[in-house]
Amino acid sequence: MNLIISNNSETPIYMQIKNKMKNAINTNELKETEALPSVRNLAKDLRISVLTVKKAYDELEQEGYIKTVQGKGSFVIPRNKELVKEEQIKTIEEHIDKIIKIAKITDISKEEIIDLFNYLYEEE
Amino acid sequence: MENILEIKNLSKKYDDFKLENINLELPKGMIMGLVGENGAGKTTTIRSILNMINVDSGEIKIFGLDTKKHEKEVKEDIGIVLDDSFLSEYLTPKDINKIMKKMYKNWDEKIYFNYIKEFDLPENKISKGFSNGMKMKLKIAVALSHHPKFLILDEPTAGLDPVARNDLLDIFQDFIEDEEHGILVSSHITSDLEHIADYITFINKGEIIFSKDKNELIDNYGIVKCTEDEFKKIDKDDYLMMKKRKYEYDLLVENKSEFKKKYDIDVIDNANIEEIMVMYIKGGK
Repeated sequence: MNLIISNNSETPIYMQIKNKMKNAINTNELKETEALPSVRNLAKDLRISVLTVKKAYDELEQEGYIKTVQGKGSFVIPRNKELVKEEQIKTIEEHIDKIIKIAKITDISKEEIIDLFNYLYEEE
Repeated sequence: MENILEIKNLSKKYDDFKLENINLELPKGMIMGLVGENGAGKTTTIRSILNMINVDSGEIKIFGLDTKKHEKEVKEDIGIVLDDSFLSEYLTPKDINKIMKKMYKNWDEKIYFNYIKEFDLPENKISKGFSNGMKMKLKIAVALSHHPKFLILDEPTAGLDPVARNDLLDIFQDFIEDEEHGILVSSHITSDLEHIADYITFINKGEIIFSKDKNELIDNYGIVKCTEDEFKKIDKDDYLMMKKRKYEYDLLVENKSEFKKKYDIDVIDNANIEEIMVMYIKGGK
């Protein structure tokens, strides 16, 4: 797994870690029941403080992505498939929203967008 | 979490300077950065922790033990780097090994010579001719070679070039991988601490201004930049410090998102440790 943290980003470092991990879980790069790097190891490798990593993991746990077992580490929780799908649909909606906005600004018709979508979808 | 260091109500008065009511807690497995101006009381605090000066009042515990009653035991497990070396400059790294073997029960010459090699220090030359960086590395090698659990370092990065400072931060992070360990490190180079420290304690004129989780500082503190008219509308309780500049008013706020909710002001910058420090030292109300 790649984990690139920017020191100059507006987003706090713990949030960057959290988002990257979430993404890795959602795309199945981090698989169910797989162990995450230990807090101390990750802190060392990313050259950040232990508490920063801990904060990211704590929030991931609160949001139901991982489970931390004292003395054993943190693991990806098996996810409810419906829930994952729900989230993906939400992400798609957001992207479609953007498409609609751009289309309206530049006067591209709904039909043109649908054609374009069909064309690209078939190519995949 | 258990504390590796606890200071309660520490006070020490000198003719021209006093440490007042210092309270600190450092949990095991964490790194605390002690920041402040030169002369703010960082070194006095560290020397008090090490029982090197007689304090007027207060209680200091390391590993849960009172440092006055259990000085010998406690010091066996601490690695110390101070500004002035307690080692004669007419000793070679090899001579130092012989002395340290007698001083510490757990002295490990294998580890020591590994560090000497890693740091590129000549074993058989007296340290008088060493550069500042080399002298610091020698002190650090000495501090790390008796299997300490707690490192206390006073300005270890002063006089080191950026590459050597970077190496030192690596050593700290290796050390802290063991959850039973802890580090207290003072520095006025706050960028060194900004990455790796878990807690930041800011000391000014002998008093602790704050001792906080670093994330809380970096994520929440901010610097508001506003015009005089805008400034006049802001409640004094809503900012910590103010500094009037030529074209703007700078305000240090404790929670930038709360502030944003209450006031309609465009520019709120993130504050790093150095900026927070400067605002406290140079700013007013």
